[in-house]
Amino acid sequence: MTTLVIAEHDNQQLKPATLNAVAAAQKIGGDIHILVVGGGAQDVAAQAAKVAGVASVLLADAEHLKDFLAENVAEQVLAVAGDYSHIVFPATASGKNVAPRVAAKLDVAQISDITAVDSPDTFERPIYAGNAVAIVQSSDEKKVITVRVTAFDGVAAEGGSAEVKTLQAVADSGLSSFVGREVAKNDRPELTAATVVVSGGRGMGSAENFKLLEPLADKLGAALGASRAAVDAGFAPNDWQVGQTGKIVAPQLYVAIGISGAIQHLAGMKDSKVIVAINKDPEAPIFGVADYGLVADLFTAVPELEKAI
Amino acid sequence: MKVLVPVKRVVDYNVKVRVKSDQSGVDIANVKMSMNPFDEIAVEEATRLKEAGTATEVIAVSCGVAQCQETLRTAMAIGADRAALVQTDVELQPLAVAKLLKAVAEKEQVNLVILGKQAIDDDSNQTGQMLAALLGWPQATFASKVVIEGEHAKVTREVDGGLETISVKLPAIITTDLRLNEPRYVTLPNIMKAKKKQLDTLTPEELGVDVTPRIKTLKVSEPPSRKAGIKVADVAGLVDKLKNEAKVI
Repeated sequence: MTTLVIAEHDNQQLKPATLNAVAAAQKIGGDIHILVVGGGAQDVAAQAAKVAGVASVLLADAEHLKDFLAENVAEQVLAVAGDYSHIVFPATASGKNVAPRVAAKLDVAQISDITAVDSPDTFERPIYAGNAVAIVQSSDEKKVITVRVTAFDGVAAEGGSAEVKTLQAVADSGLSSFVGREVAKNDRPELTAATVVVSGGRGMGSAENFKLLEPLADKLGAALGASRAAVDAGFAPNDWQVGQTGKIVAPQLYVAIGISGAIQHLAGMKDSKVIVAINKDPEAPIFGVADYGLVADLFTAVPELEKAI
Repeated sequence: MKVLVPVKRVVDYNVKVRVKSDQSGVDIANVKMSMNPFDEIAVEEATRLKEAGTATEVIAVSCGVAQCQETLRTAMAIGADRAALVQTDVELQPLAVAKLLKAVAEKEQVNLVILGKQAIDDDSNQTGQMLAALLGWPQATFASKVVIEGEHAKVTREVDGGLETISVKLPAIITTDLRLNEPRYVTLPNIMKAKKKQLDTLTPEELGVDVTPRIKTLKVSEPPSRKAGIKVADVAGLVDKLKNEAKVI
């Protein structure tokens, strides 16, 4: 039994989500290999080789793999899939994009977004926006899995010494091409990896008012998040969205400001260690999950909080 | 260009589901059912392509129980020209649905399939990608903008940390993200019109697809609930708790 973990990276850095996926693979048992698919990603492979508990690293490196187009990455995974009992992706935008393509080609059912490993063929996963947890058993010989990264503590990034094997890159499918990327550049930590998240909801009132959260986030070293309602209203960009249809976060401290606490938002943050809610409506459902609730007008409470920390 | 739009009947997004006492699943008897919200966005997008003259026909398809006809009528009220139901009482999993949709896409000779990125019941986020793989077509998932340019679709995608734009060669699969569009309100005249539109019924057997589930649900339970904490009186009280009790700042 050997598990192949597909690395999450940007051709320069191995992303922490990979370490969470390796942790899930350890729970499955057996040897663990990491596959790095990219372009000019030799450094990533070297970093992957140092990950604790990894027996081998496979690197497929080519120009047409550098933008992670699903058609090409899936083919690359399929080229080595025969050697593995489990193929594990972190449930990131990239993992979610590629994994089902691999599963369908192998004619196996994918198990999405697992939060626990009960045995090599039995897994736990949230359904209905986390309002229920299903224990599911796969009858397929090979398992294709995506891992909810917040549910598994990442393994150590250092300590291993796997050898890196270079694979022959698959041919370019020619079906798709990369046009461009708009990545928000800022100094804040990544939302899904941040230890503190400050999120705003519809109560913020406008995109302009969202700026009010920045000094507080700066002081706390926090990532900024938003509820779906705030995103829908155009107050915040969609990649800030926390919830069932956005990102799943589980920081040490989650500060929900002007967020009422719709089911779909709670699905994305209720595993946070400490939750703080600031809302002027004392009946807001967010207070039902908050460790510390403050019923107050956010426009006075937020600046006051920022000064007091 | 013919566009196929698969739609799923799911528990309405406003309903908080309850786990059955025997832990065999969630209780969906007598619960309001609606079209999966991401699929509504897909129908809207296809309808806009038709209104712009890019698409010639929009066909809605659903897989599941007889009541999915209601979901298909809604799709036709938004703007789909006709609909097909692949009817079965078997529990359908994404791989089986993708196989059924492949058969329908081939039968209807479509050039584009637009689907929701995930259904809000099983939260799998698989069907579109699986369908693309089975058809050997390119995929543009989590779309926030779609532009058809001749033989290609230029699609802006919501990815971690921002947006990326790719170009896929048609025929292709697109899955919708939230910001692609805002679906229109369905008007009464359009609901009436939708009742007269063509709705065909097929079966998995007719399409030659084995839909046997591969994944068995052993148990469904309530998630560990988080108990409500305390209310603090003011900002000073909050800071005190965070520093001295929770020790997170």
